[in-house]
Formats: sequence, structure tokens, C-alpha cells
Amino acid sequence: MDLPIFLIQVLNSVQYGLLLFLVASGLTLIFGIMGVVNLAHGSFYMLGAYTAFTLSSLTGNLFTAIALGVVLAVAFGYVLEWVFFSFLYRRDHLQQVLLTYGLILVFEEIRSLTVGDDVHGVSVPASLSASLPLGSTMSYPIYNLFISVACLVVATLLFLLLRKTRLGMMIRAGASNREMVRSLGIDIDFLFRVVFALGVALAAFAGMIAAPASSVYPGMGNQVLIICFVVVVIGGIGSVTGALVAALLIGFIDTFGKVFLPDYSGILVYLLMAVILVWRPEGLFRENAV
Amino acid sequence: MRRVLLAIALLALAILPLVAGKFYVDLFAKIMIMAVFAMSLDLLVGVTGLVSLGHAAFFGLASYMVVLAAPDKYAAVSLWTSLPIAIAASALLAFVIGALALRTRGVYFIMVTLAFSQMVYFVFHDTKIAGGSDGAYIYVKPQANVGAWSPFDLGNGTHFYYAMLALLVLTFALLRLLLASRFGHALRGIRSNEQRMRALGFNTYAYKLAAFTVAGAIAGAAGYFAAVQFGVVNPEMASWHQSANVLLMVILGGVGNLLGAVVGAFALVLAQDFFSSLTKHWLLPMGAFVIIAVMLLPGGLIGAWQALRGGRSGHG
Amino acid sequence: MAGIDHGQQRRRIVQALGAASALGALGAAAPAFAQSTKLKVGFMLPYTGTYAALGRAIENGFKLYVNEQGGKLGGREIEYFTVDDESEPAKAADNVNKLIKRDNVDVIVGTVHSGVQMAIVKAARDNNTLLIIPNAGVDEATGPLCAPNIFRVSFSNSQPGLAMGIVAALRGYKTAVTITWKYAAGEQSIGGFKETFEKGGGKVLKELYVPFPNVEFQALLTEIASIKPTCTYAFFAGGGAVKFVKDYAAAGLKDKVPLLGAGFLTDGTLDAQGGAADGLLTTLHYADNLTTPRNTAFRLAYAKAYSSKADVYAVQGYDSAQLLGIGLRAVGGDIGQRPLLIRAMAAAEIDSPRGKITLSPSHNVVQDFYLRKVENGENKSIGLAAKSLADPGRGCTMG
Repeated sequence: MDLPIFLIQVLNSVQYGLLLFLVASGLTLIFGIMGVVNLAHGSFYMLGAYTAFTLSSLTGNLFTAIALGVVLAVAFGYVLEWVFFSFLYRRDHLQQVLLTYGLILVFEEIRSLTVGDDVHGVSVPASLSASLPLGSTMSYPIYNLFISVACLVVATLLFLLLRKTRLGMMIRAGASNREMVRSLGIDIDFLFRVVFALGVALAAFAGMIAAPASSVYPGMGNQVLIICFVVVVIGGIGSVTGALVAALLIGFIDTFGKVFLPDYSGILVYLLMAVILVWRPEGLFRENAV
Repeated sequence: MRRVLLAIALLALAILPLVAGKFYVDLFAKIMIMAVFAMSLDLLVGVTGLVSLGHAAFFGLASYMVVLAAPDKYAAVSLWTSLPIAIAASALLAFVIGALALRTRGVYFIMVTLAFSQMVYFVFHDTKIAGGSDGAYIYVKPQANVGAWSPFDLGNGTHFYYAMLALLVLTFALLRLLLASRFGHALRGIRSNEQRMRALGFNTYAYKLAAFTVAGAIAGAAGYFAAVQFGVVNPEMASWHQSANVLLMVILGGVGNLLGAVVGAFALVLAQDFFSSLTKHWLLPMGAFVIIAVMLLPGGLIGAWQALRGGRSGHG
Repeated sequence: MAGIDHGQQRRRIVQALGAASALGALGAAAPAFAQSTKLKVGFMLPYTGTYAALGRAIENGFKLYVNEQGGKLGGREIEYFTVDDESEPAKAADNVNKLIKRDNVDVIVGTVHSGVQMAIVKAARDNNTLLIIPNAGVDEATGPLCAPNIFRVSFSNSQPGLAMGIVAALRGYKTAVTITWKYAAGEQSIGGFKETFEKGGGKVLKELYVPFPNVEFQALLTEIASIKPTCTYAFFAGGGAVKFVKDYAAAGLKDKVPLLGAGFLTDGTLDAQGGAADGLLTTLHYADNLTTPRNTAFRLAYAKAYSSKADVYAVQGYDSAQLLGIGLRAVGGDIGQRPLLIRAMAAAEIDSPRGKITLSPSHNVVQDFYLRKVENGENKSIGLAAKSLADPGRGCTMG
């Protein structure tokens, strides 16, 4: 493998890792702050992708579709928390697993009823459809670079939100000690609703920008869900930094695994998780390092 | 009253092949296999308090042993040798995974069990061990012959059904005995307060590992017959969907109650069959059913039944 | 006992036999009297997932033929049952069981995915149900697992690969990398290509696989660029084919490493692929621009009925109905007459839009394979890649 190819594979790994991070960060926040195991998180990714597909067919422009989609996702997340998830906090993990599993089924069918079950492609916007020649044989699609850049921007904004704003401070406090936050008089219900909406929006946004690169198909939520759980657990529940490190780690293992050890690339990710958990049972970064 | 109901249910199951069509005989045989699988998980979740999201690994491994232990696709193996081999394989895998996984706790334990079962899944899905994602097949079912005497033919739908009924009853009885023993009481003690059990001098790790291994072995028995029923094995039998499915059965029926696991298996599969025959979009009512059932019936179906009758929640 | 009049007895027997044969002749000549119930046809096809369009095209093609015959085959009206197999081998055994044991169908028409097909073939053999395969090319179905009640009107997986390997070697390509989904159809297609390509002096440098129905190709496209072969051979179909061709072009490989494919790469997918597919060479047993009257009439009728362009899957669905029709006509609609039905179907000469086709002793199609090039949104035939290519039927013990 020569240098240009190696660099391209690095780019591929980073792109996949950053996308995973966007989805996983929402999951880890919801898990860490609200203590809810949300199996339906992958569905938000899928719903985002299908929204991008429908809206971009309607408006003819992917960027408008994404902007609209994010607004819709925030609203959807807010309402969903209010109407459904708020009832889950008092339940134990087992019941949460099942209730959110039921939710996956409901979302899948609603998608099937409204948009159908076909596999769809979303066109890359003309402004980003060129390819950058790298090396003598290959070009790297500019859109894939755009995905990485967009994810980085969002990730930076997320970190800024968490570290530099009051809201972020409340969120981090809620992650380490929920009761204390409540007894300090902070409106915990509102906080939870915001966090949840944020998580949903992140996952949906990831689905939207990934859609042109990865196709829109019914099973996409389930595939991303299981990997996201791995990311969250390796990174440490509730830790956004951990999610970033873990997501990038998995991005590299998955991409290079596919090339060097294709028969074992699936196993490698889980092997990593098992090894890390047996060595550091609470993940790489503990809960307080949000 | 409960005994009367149980007797009636058993009778109904016994006469089913005489009144129902071939499709339903096959379906109920499949449900009974899943009931055995669910009971084995309840030993972990309900009795010992270990929530495993990777139980399908043992189910799937035993299924694959049906194919892998046969010298070729057309060979007739003996039930009495291949079944113990499959169960032993699952028990061994459970011992190894349990030994490692039980070093973690709580939600991390859930995730580690998931990780290991995903590894098993990918071994069958990605490598050349069997047919990959297409699965593999046996064309001759295991023979139940003992010498020249052939007590039953697993290829016959009705014989297979009764064999599964026997398996269900046998497993139920075995687990009841186990739960009534000192071992069973120790497991329950671990579920309610592990620290106290340790303080009392119990090696809780060893007890948990034993329970994990036994549960894996029983799941293996279920997996073996699941493969034999249609002669088909597929990596999905070891997937996390399968693990989630059986967990759902246990909770739907009522955690900690063996009968609950059986009831849950029947309820879930019959609900799936019912909804899927109603509409193409059957996942919607199915999902709603799951949500409503879990929301309204925290003790599962058995819990709801006992609440209706005004009794305390007993242990199966 | 008093003397039995053997003569009278003999006369009575002869009379009885005569009456019986008269009734039999009457029955054979008047199928409408004999069979007043509908014939149950069970479709087991993908209606969701990456192969959904293929499943729909097959069903459309089948029904087109039946409607052209006035809604009847062999004088019997058809009652359709459908099961969505979702291209999932794990659910296949349960799904086919529904058709056979719950719906009690007389004939199964299915399916697309080779892994699912294996389960259907097994069930058809176990239950002796008549099975017509309208697409899945899994070699075993007309190989080691062939059976009198199993017929295929499509192809076997290795055939398009075998044909393309010949073409690639003739064109002077020396090295190749193959890429496909990792399941029976992909592996067998690659196997066919490799066999004839290497026999013609070429070498397959690396075989790349993607789990089905995954469409994340980026890492592997980079790998192809790294290996720099003289050509790439790919097998994909449906939604996956659309994505692969587009990604291949976006990665800049289209002009550097010629892409060769089994025809499924560009069949039924050209509208979605757009310019990315222009000029691609594929081999298949069908081409859109075959100028026979039969094909022209078929394409027109299909376009009128379904407002979309016919593709190879529609042709295969259409031919499944033709085959069944031939069999039913021979037995006067009485599908219970298995030996006669099978004989008639095995000897059938089907007037397919792809040309006249017959079946090999293992019940697979013997047909020509065309070399096609994508031009103006159509798969245009530019010549024959292989003539009367019979699937080797290795391991089949029939005939």
C-alpha cells in the first residue's frame, strides 16, 4: 500500500469515524444524563436519511433539505421526549430496552407507510459533485470531504456548547449528578427535553449528510445502532470526548480491517470492545469527563 | 386453579396435531423450542439477575453444530450423539464467555455479552466455516434410532412436535428442581443482594458462572432442534435480534417466573403470526403491542394474571 | 358355488373399462368441466430491500403473460398468493412454509436472492411442490439439488461470468480484480469469470467482497485503485448496482480501470445511474434493443401495462408464466398429473422475448449470451458473447 492510498484510507476512516461520533454523541448524552437506554437511536439516523431524501426531492436542493430537516428533528425530539421518553426515566433498564425496541418497530412501519420500502439514492449537490484526483489512479469525491468537514464543525460546536455555555454546564452537571442538579432548582425537565432534542438532531443530521454517500435503505438504522452502542460503551457512558476517541478508533479498525482482514473485520470491532471492557470495565473515559 | 389451567393447557398442546393443519403443528413446535430458549434466559435474568443480551450465541452455536458435526450434507447422524455434542459446545462457549463477562457488572455486563455474541455471529457470517450469510443446510435429519428400533422420526412433523413437547416439559421440570434446590436459592439470593451473599461466604462468581453455563447449555438444546426442524441454519440465529427477541419473551411473560417465559414465548410468536397475517405493515401493531404490554404490565402477562386474581406474585 | 359365467363377467369388465375410458376422454377434452377451482400460484419474491424492483418486475412480467391469455393458463383461472421474502435467507424457511403449508399453493414462483432460493429449493424437494425459478441463479438448484419438480427460466450464476471472462481475455485484459457481495450469487458469478478469464490467459489479482446488502464501497474502491488492475469485474444488482456504478465513477476509476460486469449491473438501473453507466460493457442473456418482433411487442405491451421499461427480470417473469402455461395446456389444466406435466415442461420450447429457449436435462435454460454496451440509457447488444451456453449442471443426477 503506497502513501497516497494509505492517506485515502485514513480519510475514509476519519469520515466514517466522525459520522459515527455524531450519532453516538447523542446516544451517550441521553444515556449518561437521563439514564435511558435508547435502542431507537438508530431510527433517528434512518429517519434523518429518509427526510433528506423526501425533502431534497421536494425542494431540489440538498442544503435546504438538511436545514429544514434539522429544524424538524429538533421539534420531533422535543415532542417525543415529552410524550414518550419522559415516562421511561422511572423504569429499569430492562423495560427501557423493550419499550425503545417497540419504538423501533413503530418507526420502521411509519417510514414504510409514508415513504415505502425501496432503497433510494440521494443525489450529491452539483456544487460538491466533483472529485479530487489523489494519486495516479484514484479521485476522492469532494462530497466525502464535505461530510468530514461538516462533522468536525458540528463536533466543535458541540464541545463549545458543553464547555463554554451555561446550558452546557448544566448538562455536564446533570451527567454526573442528576439529583444535585434538581435540588439546585434547575428545571430538570426542560434540561432533559433539550438534551434529548439535541441527541435526536445530531443523529438525524448525520443521517442527512451521509445519505448521498451511503444510500437510503430500510435497515440502515439497525446497522448503525449496534456500532453506536459499542462506541458509547468503549468511550464511557456519558462522555462525549470518549465517544469521539472511540468512534475514530472504530473508524480506523473497520476501514483497515476491511482491506487487510476482510473475513475478520466484523469480529475485530467487538473483540476491541470485549478487550477494553474486561480491562477497563467503565470505558476509556469515565462519566465525569464530558 | 393454577394446576387445572396448566393441565388444560398441556392437554390442548397434546391434542393439537390431531386437530390443526401442518402449518400450525410446525408453528407450535417452533414456539415450544423458543419457550425452552426463553426459560434458559429467565434462569439468568429472572432468577440470578443477570441481564444478558447475548444469549443467542449459545442458541446459534448449537444450531451450527448440527451442520458442522455431520460428515457431509447427506449423512445420517444419530440424535443421541449429535445432541450431546451440540449441548456440550454451547456449554463450553458459555463457560468461556461467562468467565470473562462476569468480571463486569450492570449495563457493562449487558454490553459485554452483546459483544461476545456479535463475535460469534460474525464468525458464522463472514468466514468460510459454513455458508456465510446464506446459511447452511442438512438434507437428512438426525436419526433417533437405537440399534434397530426407531422410536420416532424427526423428519415427521407430528413426531417432531411431540418430541418438542417432551423437551418443553422435561426442561420445565428440570429447572423447577434446580430452582427448589440450594443452588437455586443461592441464585435468588444473589439477585436480591449479592454483597450479602458474599458476606455469608458464598463464592458468588462461581455461582453466577455455573448459572450462565447451565443457561447456555439449555439454550444449546433449543438451538439444536431449531436447526433440525427445517434443516436450515443461518447466522441470524446468533444475532442480537434473536437475543432481543428472546429477552422480550421473558419480560413479556413475567420475569422470574418459569411459566412466564413459556407464556411469553407463546404470546410473542402468536402475536407476530397474527399481526403479520393481518397486514403487510404488521410491525406497527406489533411495536404498539410491545410498548403497551411493557408499559401497563410491569410484571408481564403472568403478573397481570396474578394481579387480576388478587394473589401475590409467586415464583414459578 | 354354482357355475360362474366367466363370459358375462368378462363382458361386464370390458364394458366398465369402456365406460371409464370414455369418461376419461371426455374429461381430457373438456378441462373446464374437470377443474372449476382456481390454480394457486404462490409468489415468493422480494418486495422490500435492495431487490424490490426486481421482484416487482418479475411479478409484472408473469401477470402480463397471464392477462394476454385472458387471465387463464391451461384453462384455469389463477389465484395469486404472495410472500415478501425481503431477500433474507434467515426467514426463508418460515416464509416458504407459509406458501406450502398454510396457503397450499400448487406452484411456487420465486425468487431473486440465491441464498433465499436454497431454502425454497429445499422445501420444494421436501414437499414435492412444483417450483419455477424466475431469477436466482444459485448453481445448486440445477446442479446437486436438481429435481423433476424444479425448473429455472433465468440463468445460473456462473453463466454471465463465464461469458464475460471469455470477452475480457479476447480483449487483451491481462489482470483483473473482482468485487461483489459475499453470498452464493456473487461467489458463483466471480467463479465463472475467473474460470474463463484465466483459461484465456488472464489473472485475477484479488477478489473483494462486501457483506450483503452493504453498499459502503469506499474502502474497497480505494483498494482497487491501489492494485491497479487492467479491468474490474463486478456483480451487483438492484439498488446495490446503482450505488456501485455511481461510486465507481465518482472515485475516478471509470476511465482508468474499465468496469466489466454481469448484466445485472446495468439492468433495470440505468435511469438511476445516469451518466455514470455510459459505455459500460456487460454480458447477459437479454438486451433491450433485440429487434425481434417478439421482443418489440413484449416491450411495448409491458410499457403500456406498467409505465416502465421492461428489463431482464420482467422477461424472466414472463417466461415463467409461459413455461407454466405450456405444462398446464399439456395436462388440460389438471396440475395433479405430475409426470405428464413435467415431461411437457422439460421439453418446452419457449418463445421468449430474448429468443427461443429450451431447457437442459437439469431444467436450466440453454441460451445465447449477448455482449452489451450502455448507450443512451439502453443496454445495446453489440454482439454475442457466447452461443447456446448451457449451464454445466455439475452434480445433477437427472436426465
